[in-house]
Amino acid sequence: MPRPEIIKWLRTQFFPHMWCPGCGHGIILHALLRALTDLEKKPEETVIASGIGCSSRMPGYINACTVHSTHGRSLAFATGIKLAKPELTVIDVMGDGDCSAIGGNHFIHACRRNIDITAIVMNNNIYGMTGGQASPTTPEGARATTAPYGVIDPSFDLCKLAEGAGATFVARSVVSNPKQCEKYIVDGIKHKGFSVVEIISTCHTQFGRRNKFRSPIDNINRVKDLSVSQAKAKDMTPEELKGKYVTGLFVNVEAPEYTDQYFSLVDKVKGE
Amino acid sequence: MPDVAFWQGNQAIAQGALAAGCMFFAGYPITPSSDIMEEMAKELPASGGRFIQMEDEIGSIAATIGGSIAGLKSMTASSGPGISLKQENLGLAYMAEIPLVLVNVMRGGPSTGVPTKISQMDVMQARWGCHGDHGTIAYSPSSVQECYEIAIKAFNAAERYRQPVIILSDEVLGHMREKVFVPPAGSYAVANRKRPGVKPEKFVPYLADPEDDIPPMASFGDGYRWHVTGLAHNDFGFPSAREEEVEKNITRLVRKIDRFRDDIVEYEAYEVDDADIVVVSYGTVARSSITAVKDARKRGLKVGHFRPVTLWPFPDKEIFQISKRAKTIIVPELNCGQMVLEVERAVHGRAKVIKKGLVNGEVFMPEQISSFIQEVA
Ligand SMILES: Cc1ncc(C[n+]2csc(CCOP(=O)(O)OP(=O)(O)O)c2C)c(N)n1
Ligand code: SF4
Repeated sequence: MPRPEIIKWLRTQFFPHMWCPGCGHGIILHALLRALTDLEKKPEETVIASGIGCSSRMPGYINACTVHSTHGRSLAFATGIKLAKPELTVIDVMGDGDCSAIGGNHFIHACRRNIDITAIVMNNNIYGMTGGQASPTTPEGARATTAPYGVIDPSFDLCKLAEGAGATFVARSVVSNPKQCEKYIVDGIKHKGFSVVEIISTCHTQFGRRNKFRSPIDNINRVKDLSVSQAKAKDMTPEELKGKYVTGLFVNVEAPEYTDQYFSLVDKVKGE
Repeated sequence: MPDVAFWQGNQAIAQGALAAGCMFFAGYPITPSSDIMEEMAKELPASGGRFIQMEDEIGSIAATIGGSIAGLKSMTASSGPGISLKQENLGLAYMAEIPLVLVNVMRGGPSTGVPTKISQMDVMQARWGCHGDHGTIAYSPSSVQECYEIAIKAFNAAERYRQPVIILSDEVLGHMREKVFVPPAGSYAVANRKRPGVKPEKFVPYLADPEDDIPPMASFGDGYRWHVTGLAHNDFGFPSAREEEVEKNITRLVRKIDRFRDDIVEYEAYEVDDADIVVVSYGTVARSSITAVKDARKRGLKVGHFRPVTLWPFPDKEIFQISKRAKTIIVPELNCGQMVLEVERAVHGRAKVIKKGLVNGEVFMPEQISSFIQEVA
């Protein structure tokens, strides 16, 4: 049972939630709420934005300032909110399809701008909501309704993508390690600049079922078994790392933040 | 004493927006609307407002909606392909009832079309461009002065009716330079969205006031918590697929504009009372039409002009009145016949409606309109 101070963050009147019992996304919701509680954030000053997908239904259940936007576009909505009111804490939750397929352009540009938003990518390696179609992170060879013979497309490494695009905080965890998820979310929110926390999630209903991982626990065990810490990964060959989820904090650097830059520009222009 | 400025239409729209209190602009460059964005890039930082160049038009309108949710009067502008890209999020703004102004400086289409030339091909897109039902407010200026005034009106309507409002300008007007009388601040009405009158614990975000069907809007960051969604929702703003809740949601979106139709509709009627022939045109075309009508009057013909200033809601009742006397209505427009469909609907067969389209990137010259009048006189 979640702690009472966490329950306070929930719109329990809208429960039961729409997620399948055993969906990995619930673990991420709990980790996020623990992080917000630990950081003593005020719900009326906290914005949670999302796109469309099972993952993106999360903000509806959080009793804060929440936006359930359009598929892939949530970071652009969040950017507008943050620029309008930089004093708000802005968190953006996305699915892997949301973030890296339809929303890929917004994702790389949010990274580039280094705007102070925490992006949590709930990567379950599949399009859950629409019924198990392949996403840009579905592992090669895995089956999906649009890849009945197995996926042939190489998949994205979202953390590398974020780093390359200029995100100043990049970390990855897995739902089998909720403590680490929470820690990275806390650190991501504390970080001034664009933070990406990718969390490998599970979808037994749409991914597991077609890939010999039937029950929720089979799927949790799968991501646990496939996860490798950054320290261990250092000594592994690319072949050994294929299909693995490398976890850890990959980027944590300071750089000028977008809204700070914008408001110093305003001061400069006004002074002229 | 008003100031006098010498502005291009695009610049006048930007200046009008600022006069209305616009504090947020997000855009992506595209001809022939980029001047609006450039003007905002110059002016907004100087007034403490927010300007951002986004990665595309989808992101631009998304950020604009974000700015409005956070309480700032917000605008975006584009043309042709950019307007097409904005449609999905425009729909979200209708559904979630987020005020904003969208400027479309019309150019030739479909697709990339003729980027540097005028058209009026987006009249129906403005009404039905995004999927789903909703009320639409779209203004069509026909002078640079009016670009300025309509920008203020568009913001006022967006704030009052809590939804996107479209300005359908065009390439010629956008780049034409004219004298503008700039009224001093305080001499014109500026509307602001209705704020909740209840404490945050009591706030029901989509509970509309029965007297106007419009729910008060809180901003993120001012103590209220609420949920914004593009899904059909109940009064609590929470997604719903229950028949009665969905029905209530969608019918109100349409009704809140329908019931204020008479307040919103604007038009300009010129010499229509005794007219046998009436030319109905809008935007840049109306300028040629009025010259032709004046010329016909000099020649003793009973000709008038009717200019819808709001293309949506369409001034149908007013055109119906005119058709009681006029025998012929000529509708010149820079497309293959869009607004003419509304005119035909409005006259109920009482007058002959003649469609005149032009899609070569040019504007009708007054002589061309005169010859249309001559054909039926
Ligand atoms: C423009 C648009 N295209 C397609 C869809 C349909 N759609 C809804 S959710 C979704 C994918 C969701 O997958 P993901 O983002 O990975 O989240 P998950 O459901 O797996 O949590 C798609 C394709 C949509 N809503 N909007
Ligand atoms: S379909 Fe998959 S992602 Fe969606 S709720 Fe069910 S388990 Fe979760």
